Amino acid sequence: MYRYDSYDQSIVDARVDEFRDQVQRRLTGALTEDQFKPLRLMNGLYLQLHAYMLRVAIPYGTLSGKQMRKLGEIAAKYDKGYGHFTTRQNLQYNWIKLADAPDILAELATVEMHAIQTSGNCIRNISSDQYAGVSADEVADPRPWAELLRQWSSFHPEFTYLPRKFKIAVIASDDDRAAMRLHDIGLKLVSKDGVIGAEVYAGGGMGRTPMVAPQIRDFVPEEEIVSYLEACLRVYNRYGRRDNKYKARIKILVHEIGVEDYKRQVEEEFAHMKQLGLNPPVEELDRIRAFFANPAYETGLSEAIDRADPAFALWVDRQVAAHKQPGYAIVNISLKPLTGIPGDASAEQIELVASLAEQYSLDELRVTHAQNLVLPHVKKADLYAIWQKLENAGLAEANLDLITDIIACPGLDYCALANARSIPLAQKIAQRFADAERQAELGELKLKISGCINACGHHHAGHIGILGVDRKGVENFQLSLGGSGAEDTSLGQITGPGFSEDGVVDAIEKVTDLYLAQRESGERFLDTYRRLGMKPFKEAIYG
Amino acid sequence: MVEFLSFRDGESAQEPAVTVESFTGQTNATAVRVEPGEDARELLPYLDRLSLVEVNFPAYGDGRGYSAARILRESGYQGELRAVGDVLVDQINAMRRCGFDSFHPNKALDDAAVDRALNRYADVYQKAIDGRQPVWAKRHPEKIDG
Ligand code: HEM
Ligand code: SF4
Repeated sequence: MYRYDSYDQSIVDARVDEFRDQVQRRLTGALTEDQFKPLRLMNGLYLQLHAYMLRVAIPYGTLSGKQMRKLGEIAAKYDKGYGHFTTRQNLQYNWIKLADAPDILAELATVEMHAIQTSGNCIRNISSDQYAGVSADEVADPRPWAELLRQWSSFHPEFTYLPRKFKIAVIASDDDRAAMRLHDIGLKLVSKDGVIGAEVYAGGGMGRTPMVAPQIRDFVPEEEIVSYLEACLRVYNRYGRRDNKYKARIKILVHEIGVEDYKRQVEEEFAHMKQLGLNPPVEELDRIRAFFANPAYETGLSEAIDRADPAFALWVDRQVAAHKQPGYAIVNISLKPLTGIPGDASAEQIELVASLAEQYSLDELRVTHAQNLVLPHVKKADLYAIWQKLENAGLAEANLDLITDIIACPGLDYCALANARSIPLAQKIAQRFADAERQAELGELKLKISGCINACGHHHAGHIGILGVDRKGVENFQLSLGGSGAEDTSLGQITGPGFSEDGVVDAIEKVTDLYLAQRESGERFLDTYRRLGMKPFKEAIYG
Repeated sequence: MVEFLSFRDGESAQEPAVTVESFTGQTNATAVRVEPGEDARELLPYLDRLSLVEVNFPAYGDGRGYSAARILRESGYQGELRAVGDVLVDQINAMRRCGFDSFHPNKALDDAAVDRALNRYADVYQKAIDGRQPVWAKRHPEKIDG
């Protein structure tokens, strides 16, 4: 894992000091709320329905046990005992007092964490694949790139007042676990003639105008990635729309001028910027890479897993993925208990997972864009012990990628922009489909809920997506089918008129019944939908 | 409180700045004001005769002026580069990094606060226009000479 040196630490400490000063000015009245708002937003502090919300960055989703433990301590001390893991590898606290915010940032800084650029119209937390470094099929670990870009984007002097927020994801395998093409810029590492570089995609995003990012370059060598991204950002900063905040994302620029024109402008700017010495030397990426070298794996380990306990065997089949190292496995921890809040973890659960990471996972864990957690380096021999501890803590749900592994935004329970409540709906759906056999029978089925058109819950990318809308003051839910945030990225299509909360659960049951009746062997829900098209599903729902 | 701030040696330019349109259409003006939607590259043929470029920030959240400033400096402009308009203490540091060397904000700034803002970050992550060595250069001094 990456460790700060004295430079990194001094920059994060300076930010804490600056924010303390800003909060002090606000508390004494020297700053009005209007003046303070843009300052706090640069630091992930939002004013929500009931309290302040603080968003903490988990760069590229990697954490140590100590960092995780600190997140739990903060939840216990400053929040109501919970943290909420988001779809962008961040953690949100929903019940924060303004006066405490500087102390929280100071505590985070002691474990090399921060909330820098977790909101505002700037380059946000760089996200990545939760299996980075441990999946067998990647060309290189994407996290050194993500760390290089974290540093490059932190307090970037030219790109702090962009037209709108800017999200970057970096992946390095053909299986896309990070919804890369639904980001403002997506990088996919590839190897060409033995040299590592990136394919670049630009102009993806969700929100009210969802778009899948087109490729704008098939290879940028690693030593030029910083100047290439400077060129991408400069064209966007100069020409992205600023007249309407709903049209301000880069996707609208790329769409309006056309991908060829955007590409041409970026290439011109890149030709100029390459000359300016903006790229760190390759030695800097090498320095960062050294932190992500393989940990000290043991060799000669047993591959055996004792499946005598059927509940454990079920969990292994669902939650455990293949690790590149013999004798090891990747453990997915579900944060989607059937009656809980998707992505929420209590302070005690966070503490437990921190200890598990220290004891069983070479002191490392990951968070995923699907709001779950991962222990990346677990010996197969330890799986049973881990499962027992998770089971005791209510964390042993076996539903990875199943219909109850729901992504849901905070919705009307917390969010000032919401039209509808996402969380109670997620719970209703989870209860309707609670039966383990039924879930397994339905197989991979990604269900995603957003409480309004901003699409924080990724509903456009759901095999089944649900969007909360306001119909004459009444909560109403639109259903869409056929989206995907994986390597086969696609956007869902709306089925037709919306539903009440119960109505949408019934409608989901109708489409899943149709799938079970019509599927051909090996087909997931998404595949059957793609083969049959919307018509039969529509008939099943409204017919 | 300060109404005007300069980091240049010597006097600041006094000539009133004209619009980009009238500047590129006439031959004798030496000061120009760039608005957010305007292309700073239109000025590149005239850098030699310019002594002042004002970049207007009608609202601090509109960051186009940062790119305008860098483009001018990257192309070798040595004259005064002044940020005017809705310029707050919280933006001065980034503006300095992009090459601005004078400031004429709508509202006077508190000198002590400006000092604090400019000195708070001992280290920076990017190479920009202000000549500061980024952290990566400090980490690899042997790579950066010459
Ligand atoms: C409760 C406070 C929140 C507020 C006020 C909020 C606000 C917004 C807004 C206004 C947008 C639309 C931006 C745009 O399209 O330009 C957005 C998008 C988004 N938010 Fe949130 N959000 C909140 C919480 C969350 C949470 C908890 C998550 C993760 C679970 C999240 C993840 C996202 C994502 C992934 C997008 C879509 C980005 C895209 O369009 O590409 N947000 N949010
Ligand atoms: S999708 Fe809408 S309701 Fe849900 S968190 Fe985002 S802004 Fe709030």
